[in-house]
Amino acid sequence: MKKSKKNGADDRLTKRLLRLQVNGETKEVATEVSKTLLEVLREDLGLTGTKHGCELGECGTCAVLVDGEPVLSCLMLGIEAENTEIVTVEGMTQNGKPHPLQKAFADLGAAQCGYCIPGILLTAKALLDEKPYPTRDEIRQALAGNLCRCTGYTKILQAVELAAKEIP
Amino acid sequence: MTRKKTLSVIGKPLRKVDAMAKCAGETVYADDLNLPRTIYAKLLRSPHPHARILGINAARALKLDGVFAVLTGEDLPQKFGIMPSTEDEEALAVDKVRYAGDPVAAVAAASETLAEKALGYIDVEYEVLKPILSIEEALASTEESQRIHTWNRRANVQKAVSLEFGDVEGGFAGSDHIFEGTYFYQGNTHLPMEQYCAVGFYGPDDKLTLWSSTQTPHYLHRALAKVLKLPASRIRVIATPVGGGFGGKSDPFSHEICVAKLSMITRRPVKITLSREETFYVHRGRHPVKMWAKTGVKSDGTIQAMQYKTFLDGGGYSSYGLASVYYTGALQTVTYKVPAYKFEGVRVFTNKPACGPKRGHGTPQPRFAEEIQMDEIAENLDIDPLELRLKQLVEANSVTINGLQISSCGLRECIEKVAERAEWKKKFRKLPFGHGIGFAASAYITGAGLPIYWNNMPHSGVQIKLDRSGGVTIFCGSSDIGQGSDSILVYAIAEEFGIDPADIRVVSADTDLTPVDLGSYSSRGTIMTGNATIQACGKLKPLLLEAASEALEVPADDLEFADGQVRSASLPSRGISFAECVVKAEGKHGTLGATGSYWPPKNPREFKGSGVGPTPAYTFSTAIVELHCDSETGEIKIDKVWIAHDCGKAFNPLLVEGQTEGSVYMALGEALMEEQIFRKNGLHKIPSILEYKSPTTLETPEIETILVETIDPEGPYGAKEAGQGPLLPVVPAVSNAVFDAIGVRIHEIPITPDKILRALEGRLKAVSIPQFEFPAPLKWQPGEGVKVEQKS
Ligand code: FES
Ligand code: FES
Repeated sequence: MKKSKKNGADDRLTKRLLRLQVNGETKEVATEVSKTLLEVLREDLGLTGTKHGCELGECGTCAVLVDGEPVLSCLMLGIEAENTEIVTVEGMTQNGKPHPLQKAFADLGAAQCGYCIPGILLTAKALLDEKPYPTRDEIRQALAGNLCRCTGYTKILQAVELAAKEIP
Repeated sequence: MTRKKTLSVIGKPLRKVDAMAKCAGETVYADDLNLPRTIYAKLLRSPHPHARILGINAARALKLDGVFAVLTGEDLPQKFGIMPSTEDEEALAVDKVRYAGDPVAAVAAASETLAEKALGYIDVEYEVLKPILSIEEALASTEESQRIHTWNRRANVQKAVSLEFGDVEGGFAGSDHIFEGTYFYQGNTHLPMEQYCAVGFYGPDDKLTLWSSTQTPHYLHRALAKVLKLPASRIRVIATPVGGGFGGKSDPFSHEICVAKLSMITRRPVKITLSREETFYVHRGRHPVKMWAKTGVKSDGTIQAMQYKTFLDGGGYSSYGLASVYYTGALQTVTYKVPAYKFEGVRVFTNKPACGPKRGHGTPQPRFAEEIQMDEIAENLDIDPLELRLKQLVEANSVTINGLQISSCGLRECIEKVAERAEWKKKFRKLPFGHGIGFAASAYITGAGLPIYWNNMPHSGVQIKLDRSGGVTIFCGSSDIGQGSDSILVYAIAEEFGIDPADIRVVSADTDLTPVDLGSYSSRGTIMTGNATIQACGKLKPLLLEAASEALEVPADDLEFADGQVRSASLPSRGISFAECVVKAEGKHGTLGATGSYWPPKNPREFKGSGVGPTPAYTFSTAIVELHCDSETGEIKIDKVWIAHDCGKAFNPLLVEGQTEGSVYMALGEALMEEQIFRKNGLHKIPSILEYKSPTTLETPEIETILVETIDPEGPYGAKEAGQGPLLPVVPAVSNAVFDAIGVRIHEIPITPDKILRALEGRLKAVSIPQFEFPAPLKWQPGEGVKVEQKS
């Protein structure tokens, strides 16, 4: 079939300047108001550590922290996240030091394909921030919305417990 | 050559080489690639399960501002498919669609939103045909007019096979008891968390690069060359880290070919990411299989003969189907001594997404039947199910009736250990009503003995480069799908050269840079790449030892590679660092590099279809499942799973345990809830994660893994597979535990509450088996050639 010569341009979409606090930094980006936080993070801010598995709020892969709470970034608009503190997986490593959760996940082999891991790490971080010594059942409850197809969750649960022990 | 007696890296619970990157969100998966000038593709999919395409007009779409190109079937008419003898796929349907979701057109546009919108401007005229949606309908639709494909001999039969080994009739005649049963294993899908994604770029140098989330970059490379009609030498395929495969990313796919072609037209990078819904349509998942199983035993329970019929619902295309159908019959003999065995199998076409290889490929289904039947035999003859098995296990260094050569075998230990940990004797038939325990065993292959297309080249190749810094780089075509194949390469080099894994880099799965490895399927990675790596290291060692021997004035046969040094074994203080040794060796011999290759042992059998079943080494697994089953609601709660797996040597116990735990989890999903199901009109019933139920942390029980090490002679350091085998025993063990809990047999999965309730009320019908005349059996004995030319 023949190739079109047209200059590509989207339908005129409403853009806005967003100011977001991500991983402790202020970011300004002009973007469509209809974009989800997931899209803004990945496409406009280049923070591709946040993954997606459905973009319908069904898998937990896209979880990030918004004011300390795990939020499905595919269900939140970028503009709704203004005036909040956003933490993505890239923000878990502080001054080059991995978060104890990241270390524990690496040490126990809790990341197989790794695709679900950013969402799980952040959800687990929110849990440990609120409850430093959760029981295994509490960890299961907290992670019930994060699907992982590789690990059978076993090493993930163990890694959260290990990290809990190591957080001072 | 000096050989160390103790291992310093293999067998240690080390981190995977990519672990920190994955935990830091730094791993670049296909959808994380953002090349300058990228445009985006979308596929238009058929809304009908079965229809002729009368015409496609993309003129309106091409007029949209920002649409760069549209492809339809006639742009890519070359058929392709993973198996060379059944290439029946088209990148975009040419004159017929064969399932709802079959791609018919592809658009490239400035944005994903625009590409999506443009799909609505492509006009397709269909003549809707009656869909064929079940095995029975497929077998009954024998008219030429009812065909889904035209190339196959019998209408809607992709492949029918019949094999007979030993004196089956005599075996049954000499049996004291005959057990027969019918079974149904529902289809289910891989559901990788990462959706399919590919980026194609046809550059100004007239070379094509395709990045894709694929388990098989080499086969994809071949398919691209064929369909795009480009020399393979000008195509580069890079497999990005795969965000979950499980077999689902092992075929060459429409979306991969389309982005390549769209880039050839637009000369811009073209990216496609399939939606979750589309991922259900791509499928290639577990075949729904109906089965009939018959076993004849003596009164002490010893097997005299076994016979199976399997009926596979293949979906709209062949995919790996040719292998799948043979796999439903290949491994039933590799657990217990079976003196006579007959297998008949047929795979039909239906108007649903094509099925293919999912973890265990074709073997979990008959294993489900076999292990339930063994449980029934034990129950009937009043023998403990474990005792029944223990008296007739296959042995190490033996040959099965269908000619499969078993090297190492840790099955007995797997049974004993799992029974001990689960306290089987205390619990079996002793738990209160509603609480039960069940057992099953299984066997699996460590890599297929034959490649997918006939050739006599190695199945796996590596290249090693030694750097003056002491760093080592390994190049290998294998693709890391999370199982840790990159890490395996590193561990083997670190072991051989006695160096720190941190000093080793891996370049993998890039057809321009890496020697061919056939891919991450059939549990072949560790055994094949591991052996190739050891071989390559072995070629470099004499050069290194010669240089070190001169420098240290120590005879080469007293030298060892250890602790980052090449040193005297008898006087360890006398040594040079590995880096120094490389410098000296390079000065002496020139640039240092070597290749390594691996070929599996020669196929021990020689008849049509004999390629499916042989492997360098079989693994064995046993599972005990303890559960509660509520007889009021029919709900099942799994309390715990004990799994023992004979993995040869645990290359890295953390990774082996991880593969085992993941297998158990996936098996529980299949046993209890997962199903790829369709409406009466042929549309997928539940193409979303919300509706396609899979286990969460709440449904996944505690899993206790027991690794049994047998040190296989063919395995690198004795290692065998771990990624697939442990799935197999878990599914029948669930069914056997349900019987122990509430006294009803469920011969179908998933075992849903409604099936439990129907069974308790005596309303669960036996699985019906279709009528079909199989071809005359090909009869074979170990050591024999072809006796009957098979027709299908
Ligand atoms: S991407 Fe699946 S919940 Fe957001
Ligand atoms: S590690 Fe692969 S999905 Fe969780």
